[in-house]
Parts: sequence; structure tokens; C-alpha cells
Amino acid sequence: MTGTINIDGQNIPFEDGQTIIEAATAAGVYIPHLCHQPGYTPHGSCKLCTVKVNGRNCSACTFPASEGQTVINNSAELEQDRRRITQMLFVEGNHLCPSCEKSGNCQLQGVAYHLNMLDNHYPHFYAHREMDASHPDILIDHNRCIFCNLCVRASKEKDGKNVFGIAGRGINKRLIVNSPSGQLKDSDIAVDDCAAHICPTGAILIKRTGYQVPIGQRIYDHQHISEVALAQEGPHGQD
Amino acid sequence: MKTFLTAILTEADYQPVRLLSLLRKIQAQYRHIPAEAIDYLAEALQIPRTQIIAVVEFYSFLHLTPQGRYDILISDSITDRMLDKENLLGYLSSMLKVNPGEVRADGLVSLNNTSCTGMCDQGPAGLVNGLPLTRLDRPRIDQIAASIERQLPVSEWPDYLFAVNDNIYKAGLLLNAPIAKGAAITGAFNRGLAATLAELDRSGLRGRGGAGFKTAAKWRFCAEETAEHHYVVCNADEGEPGTFKDRVLLNSHADQVFEGMTLAAAIIGAKQGFLYLRGEYLHLFDKLQAVLQQRRADGLLGENILDLGLDFDIEICLGAGAYICGEESALIESLEGKPGIPRNRPPYPVTSGYLNQPTVVNNVETFLAAAKIAVQGGDWFAGFGTDKSAGSKILSICGDCARPGIYEYPFGVNIEQILADCGATDVLGVQIGGPSGTFISNKEFKRQLAFEDLATGGSFIVFNDSRNVLDIVQNFTHFFAHESCGFCTPCRVGTSLLKKQLDKIIDGHGSAGDVVELESLCQLVKSHSHCGLGQTAANPILTTLQRYPDLYQKRLKNISYEPGFDLDGALETARRMARRNDAGAHLSQVED
Repeated sequence: MTGTINIDGQNIPFEDGQTIIEAATAAGVYIPHLCHQPGYTPHGSCKLCTVKVNGRNCSACTFPASEGQTVINNSAELEQDRRRITQMLFVEGNHLCPSCEKSGNCQLQGVAYHLNMLDNHYPHFYAHREMDASHPDILIDHNRCIFCNLCVRASKEKDGKNVFGIAGRGINKRLIVNSPSGQLKDSDIAVDDCAAHICPTGAILIKRTGYQVPIGQRIYDHQHISEVALAQEGPHGQD
Repeated sequence: MKTFLTAILTEADYQPVRLLSLLRKIQAQYRHIPAEAIDYLAEALQIPRTQIIAVVEFYSFLHLTPQGRYDILISDSITDRMLDKENLLGYLSSMLKVNPGEVRADGLVSLNNTSCTGMCDQGPAGLVNGLPLTRLDRPRIDQIAASIERQLPVSEWPDYLFAVNDNIYKAGLLLNAPIAKGAAITGAFNRGLAATLAELDRSGLRGRGGAGFKTAAKWRFCAEETAEHHYVVCNADEGEPGTFKDRVLLNSHADQVFEGMTLAAAIIGAKQGFLYLRGEYLHLFDKLQAVLQQRRADGLLGENILDLGLDFDIEICLGAGAYICGEESALIESLEGKPGIPRNRPPYPVTSGYLNQPTVVNNVETFLAAAKIAVQGGDWFAGFGTDKSAGSKILSICGDCARPGIYEYPFGVNIEQILADCGATDVLGVQIGGPSGTFISNKEFKRQLAFEDLATGGSFIVFNDSRNVLDIVQNFTHFFAHESCGFCTPCRVGTSLLKKQLDKIIDGHGSAGDVVELESLCQLVKSHSHCGLGQTAANPILTTLQRYPDLYQKRLKNISYEPGFDLDGALETARRMARRNDAGAHLSQVED
């Protein structure tokens, strides 16, 4: 079964079972997102993809498209709120773009550019977060984790493992590793696992690859995240 | 340890859904969840270790590091604070020689704060090894400290320390005349189940947890779903500060609640039900198990109930200190042995609930009312209350009044009447529906208690004019930041930012734009959060900002810019290191 929804005045077809973001992406309409990735179970936690559906705020990545919905995606109000939500992610962790090797390839940064975020607005939490450099090929820098759950889902759904989990409550959330020591080196992750490559920020990095592409020649240095996302999110992620 | 773990695993039938109950038992036995137990459970239950750690870290009553052999938690609800809780905690801390949040070096005792324990009518309250301590005062604390130093088992402490009273001051149509055991089941079958559902519809009964969804519609939607199993869940996780009516209903009317669940089971076609009992009500667990056992013996639970061909049984599952589990989908996650993180909706529990099967989740009071309606009929119930809010509401009244306790009123009663009945004078305002509800001022006492005016899940906290509105708001705002599950950005980060921003203003570091900023943050958290917790977390600020804007403005400094911290205070370390304390080693917050 198919039907039509209307996003910002544009009629967009959908197939039964599609979420609003899936229908939008297929029709070439970008909705900002971080925890959503095609091919993964929708999560709905980052709330960047919030759209107004018939007047009500909904997460486009989890909310099913249904006949006749009127969806607002582009509005000054939503853009402002999405900018604030992105700023929340920036102050929650310790995101120092100039010294981060993911800079230019980072979706958090890309979304911030898209939303014209010029400062952090909120006071920083200066959270004390550890690094896990125990694994020979993969590094975790917890300072940059935004709890999008993508590595958790990637490990479970794509790699058939359960390397990651998210523990803690409230502002004390933390990414944990499934190994007796809690360290990545003692887990069964492999360098070519999806989970090692899916991180939208610089929290999970492949060692010794950080500067192979110089800063200035990276994905979001020249392209808008909306174009990149629409071009890539047909089949799979950026890898 | 292995013997112990094998025993509890066998009892739990090696089912991963029973993880929370297993962890509660391990916590009680070893005062924490040892790494060895985590590895063993992961292997035995075939679940990732990360899930177990996630559960342990999610629930306040579970710990990865050992707590004291006497683990004391003091309720930090606003009503406890109004009863001098802070001073008593300080006294307890000095008597036991342990700071709040710490375990004493000898491992004998640990002390901490906890969210409202549901004893607001007999506070200040606390918990020792999960059991409630009520009416705390200095003599009682002396008794507690002495018992601990003598290492007297909690079971041998004097009974009066643990006394919990019902304090029912005003009974109405439900509390006045409980039904006879079995009457709702026989009544429903005699009338016919479809006709009984129609009666429930006619009664106008709406969910008593606060949201007010029509009960008959919920049951009908669930019944209409084709599935292998259907489930009935009673939500007894009453964590809203100031609410304790479900504690009383389960203490004195459990039969009727279980009968309401059985009625729901008959109508939706469920064979299994759960009572999700908040961990703070551990003291009711054995008593409720005995009620269930008696009902089985009486043929009111189990196979072929009353020879009517109905099979249904109820299991009690204890929570472990997480307010969010009162949200129905978080509660279901918790029942499945996971952290209580609210699900994405749709689908709703009536189509995909426990183990993704159609599930009815209702509040304790809803089941109590449904059972009575099955006996008396819908018109009887609809004859009370207002057009949109039929029947009665059972309130938990606490705070500044002469007679804190349980009061049942037909919907539509005005606030003035309630305040007169509970003996409240010089009232400044009332928090209706708990922190997630509304603060009303003394200019609004003609307003009605009803879904169409002031809705409440039962919490009714009275404040007299000696109270400071901002203290109240601060306590509530900290509560939400503490209880946020952390799943979505606006609530995880936003509730903590609200706490920071409010504290900044209250501590006198706010300047001109800070109240505006506070309000816009409130709107963001309210409109973008994933579930009811985040959507209501800003209510204490918003409802008081609307009524008392001056109180906030008065805290602001009359300058255009004020740093969010104490500048001179921040230099203290530098002064100490430099051994200086002259004028040049101090900085003023602003240019004079």
C-alpha cells in the first residue's frame, strides 16, 4: 500500500511501513538527524529529526508515515529548537573540534554547520570522561560520545556481536564495552566491524587513519550534510 | 556464591525477563552486584553482560560497589524537607559517622538520599535495607544508630520504627464499601463479558494514574488484538512525590485490586498478570503474596476460576528505585528485565506491550474502581463526579495540613473544600498532581479537581505561607534531573541544564536575561522530550513563573552581565597556593 504525505507543502509518496524520515529521504527531502541511519532499527533518541506532524512534535525517524499527514520540517521554530538540541550535545560532552581528528568528517559538526550553530549557548558540563586506547586498532574517546546507540545497534544487528551497551541514567549515561575487563581490547570487536565505523562523531576511531585525508579536504569541509546524507542514505553509511 | 546464584536462577526458571528480581536478590545478599555474579548471570541467562550492567546502573537500589550492611536511604521529597529532613539527615550522619552518599569505612553502614518513598503523610521517612522508616525524629534516630552499632538485625529492631498507617480520613464511593471477594468476577460473567465492558464504558471510568485515558476503550483495543498472549499489568510504581494512595489501597484493598485485574483478564483474554510494585513498597510484598495465595485457595486465581473456565494468575514484580518506571512503556521494559527506558510510540502497549504482546496497563485505583463497577454497574459510577470526570478520586494529601492522609472525593470538588477538610490554614498554594502537575496559588481555590480543570494522579501537597516557592521548585527540578532516564537529548541534557540555570538564579548569580533563558529552556524540554517525564519536568518552573514572576526577578542582580559562578570564590585555591590574602588577591564579581 502506498499513500501521500505533505512535507512543507510538497506532496511526498510513502510505502506502507515507512517512517516519515524514510519517505522524506527517498523523495530527496533532508531532515537533520544523528541517531538515525538507514538499515538500522530506529532509535529516536537524539530528537534532531523532530518534525511537526499535524501540529504535534514527533521524531521523524520512528513515526510511521500515514495517509494525509501534514508535516512541517522547515520552520524557523524547528530550526531554532534543533540548534538548541545540538548545542546541548556539544556542552554535554567535550567536543573540541579543532583538535579532533574526526573534524570535517563528523556528523555532529556537519549538523551544527547546517543549523548555523555559532556558539555553544549553554554552560559546559566539563564531564570527566575516559579514553580507551587499549585496542590495537580502535580507539574510544568517551568525551565525544552522544549516546546515539548506533555502535550498539551496529554490533548487534550487523556484526552479530554485542560489543557495546549504554549504561547509567540521566546525565550520567555512558557507553560500556562487553568484556570482562570493560576494555575494548578484551572484547570481540574487529577492526572491520560495522560497529567500529558507524560512530557519527569522533568517539570511536580507527587508529592510524586520522590524518590520511588532510583537514580542508574532508566530507563536510566542502559539502553540506544535507547533500551528503541524501546521496549516501540510499544503500548504506559512509563506509 | 555459585550455590546462591544457582538457587535463585532455578527459582526464576532461568528467564532473562526476571533479571531485575534476580539482581534485587543478589543486592540484598551481597550488598552489591559483584562482577562474578554479572559474569555468571550473563552466561546462565544468555544475555550480554552490558545489559546487566545497564540495569544495575539504571536502578537506584542496585549498586556495583558494596553498600553498608545497614543501607539507609532518607526520603528527599519536599514534604520530608518541610518536616526538618535536612537537619535530621545531618544528625543521623553525625550519629553514624558517615556522610550522605558514602559507605562507612568499616562497611557497616551506608547513608544516602532517595526520591520520595511514599510516606509523605508520616514523614520524614527513610528506608533501611529496603524497609520503611517513618516519622523520623531525634529519639528514633538515636534508636536506629544504637541498633546499628549493636549490629542488631533489622528484623529485631523495635516495630514502632516501621509502623505504616493508612490514615484514611475521608472515604467515598470506593473506600466506603469494598466489594465482596469474587463479586466482580461473578457479576461480570452473569451479565456477560461484553455487557460488562459496555457497563465500564457507560461508567465513564478514566485512568487514575493521571493521564485519564478511557479504561473501557483501552480494554477494548487490547481485546480486539489477535495475538498468542494478552497481558494485564497493574502499575503500582507510584513514584510521583506526594502520592501514597496506592500504598494504602494495596495494604487494605488488595483483593479488590486483584479482582479488577482478573476482570480485565477475562475481558481481554489474558492468562497472566503482573503487579509492578515500586521497590519502596517492599514491606507490602509478603502481605500481597499472601493475598494472592488466599485467592488461589479460594478459587479466585489460577485455573478455572470459580468454575467459569477462566485461567489467570498474577505475579508480583518489584521495582528498584526508578521514577520513570511509572511510565507504562518504561514499566514494561522493566518487567522484561531491562532499564526502564520509555519506548517509541506507536505501537502502544495495547497492541505491543509486554514481550510485544497486547497489554493493558492500568493504575491500582483504576482496577479498584473497575471491580466495583462490574458489581454496581456503569450508571452508578457515572452518577458521581462531573460530565467529563465520572466517579471519585482518591487523593494523597500531605504537606502543611493538620490531617495528612487519604481522602476520597467525587470529581468536581473544589480545592477550598479539600483544604478545609484536611485542616490547612494560611495556605500559600497547592501542588496538584505532584511535581509533574500544577502549582496553584491561593487565588485559585475555587478551581475544581477534574480532568477538565485540575487533573491529578492523587498527589496533593499543601504549602502554607511560611514556605518559599523557589525552594519547592528547586527540589522538584532536581528531582527530575535525577530521575531522567537519559534516553533523549532534550530531557537528559535539558533537565540538568534546568537544574543549573535555576540554581544559578536562586544562588544569586542570575542577571537580566537569565529568567527569559530559563523559560525558553523550559519550553524546549517540554515540547521535545520523548516521554511524559521530560514533557512535564519544567512544569514546576513554568507554573510558578507564571504566578510569581517577581519571585524570580527579585533574585536577579541588577546588572547586564553576571558570571555563572563565584569569581572570587574560584580564586580561593590560587590564594592558598600563593599564601596571599591581600586585596590584590581578590576580584570583585563586577566593576564597582
